[in-house]
Amino acid sequence: MRQRVPHKSNRNENVEEVQIVKTTAKQEIQGLNGDEAAAFAVKQCDVDVVAAYPITPQTIIVEKFSEYVANGEVDTEYICTESEHSAMAACLAASATGARVFTASASAGLALMHEMLFVTSGCRAPVVMAIANRALSAPLNIHGDHSDSMAERDSGWIQVYAENSQEVYDSIIQAFRIGEHLDVQLPVMVGLDGFTLSHTLENVETLPDETVKTFVGIRQFPVVLTHEGKTVPYKLDPESPMTMGPIALPNYYFEFKRQQEEAMRNALRVIPQVHEEYAELSGRRYGDGLLEQYSLEDAEVAIVCLGSTAGTVKTVVDDLRMKGVKAGLLRIRTYRPFPAEAIVKALSPVKALAVMERSMSFGGRGGAVFHEVRNALYDAAVQPPVVDFIHGLGGRDTNPGQIRGVYEDLQKIIRQERTDNLVRFVGLRE
Amino acid sequence: MSKEKTWREASQGGVCWKPSVMYLTGDWKTFRPERDVSKCTKCLVCTIFCPDGAIRWKAEKGDIEFDMNFCKGCGICANECPTKAIVMKM
Repeated sequence: MRQRVPHKSNRNENVEEVQIVKTTAKQEIQGLNGDEAAAFAVKQCDVDVVAAYPITPQTIIVEKFSEYVANGEVDTEYICTESEHSAMAACLAASATGARVFTASASAGLALMHEMLFVTSGCRAPVVMAIANRALSAPLNIHGDHSDSMAERDSGWIQVYAENSQEVYDSIIQAFRIGEHLDVQLPVMVGLDGFTLSHTLENVETLPDETVKTFVGIRQFPVVLTHEGKTVPYKLDPESPMTMGPIALPNYYFEFKRQQEEAMRNALRVIPQVHEEYAELSGRRYGDGLLEQYSLEDAEVAIVCLGSTAGTVKTVVDDLRMKGVKAGLLRIRTYRPFPAEAIVKALSPVKALAVMERSMSFGGRGGAVFHEVRNALYDAAVQPPVVDFIHGLGGRDTNPGQIRGVYEDLQKIIRQERTDNLVRFVGLRE
Repeated sequence: MSKEKTWREASQGGVCWKPSVMYLTGDWKTFRPERDVSKCTKCLVCTIFCPDGAIRWKAEKGDIEFDMNFCKGCGICANECPTKAIVMKM
């Protein structure tokens, strides 16, 4: 939304400069928690089908959305399924017919979907799903951590992790555009930290309905060649029948998996494009859509993290910068596809790095984020020491004091020039 | 045979470019059904039970017909036949 407006220069009243200024759409501030922000975004995205099964802390999303359906505020077909496995099966089937589809889940619900997640990405169905990130049993825990979606990182879904409710709203809207992009055609998961975001009221700026509707547009379809030799849109249609998700034996399966990998690589390009287009509409940016850098340009000690933790880390970074500590933050907003090259570039000034993550890979010598960030840094000109800080499991609070402690640990590592303890635990009674 | 498509050529998501009738699944079988016409009462129970629809009633012949291109040799027809007119043989 660029507009040319005459601009009067202070220096010379007679010279009329023409400047390009960004005009953002008129927005309404609403008090929404993360779940409500997700539901409201879906309401505006012209979604055809929602098939879901409620689970804490995601429940408010589907509860709120079913209200919209009951009140006639949307013309969405709402399917109450008997399980999450069925919910994702219904979403896939609806998406295959060309519908725009949304669902939401968390924890055990997402785990029950596991099989269908692979089928959905394999069938290249751009379903959008909000995950109110929650710990996995046992012991039973309903609170926030990333164990659920991290366990699905290889399922072929794009994964975006939001820092606050505003970003949940923005990310859901962007997700439809990203997933449905002709070069992508993949399902998208948007993670919001259970309770920390899902149940916490925030001021959320919302765009007008029409603006969102225009932004997401009408779902586009790539063309495929059917068995009848016709090139038709990739959707189920009785007029031009096709078989989706058929058997592919050793002579073909591999080729289809390679296609999915290509789609993920394309997403690395598409996500920043969609993010930028949305930023011009809304005035809101989260780095480049893949990574958000905070005081990182000259940082010596830095934290890499995902989700709401970044909010607390930013406060600590500001605090440390006042005291002259060169602290920085790199928030991985898009975890799948993993922006490895951009991570290496962003972390180039860093002398010691902490990865803070809210899930474990038992026996894996650190968590998944640690493995991947450290792996990416193998290509760096100089490899900084990297330490994993597992934190916030089962909703345990991570406070500014603990994050300050992480930065102190990093400074110690720089002084001692060694890391003896690669995997550490923040906020654990030891 | 290098006619197999590359990953760039193959249709998105494995959409088939051959109709299912071109995939002759009948060659999976070990056992094949054999019918004793003298015992068969043409009750058509086998046509209902065949999971592949490989036994069809041919009105013009006034008889049933086995489609060996699609019979996988499961033996359900032999098992269900009330007069034991069908037996499975190697």
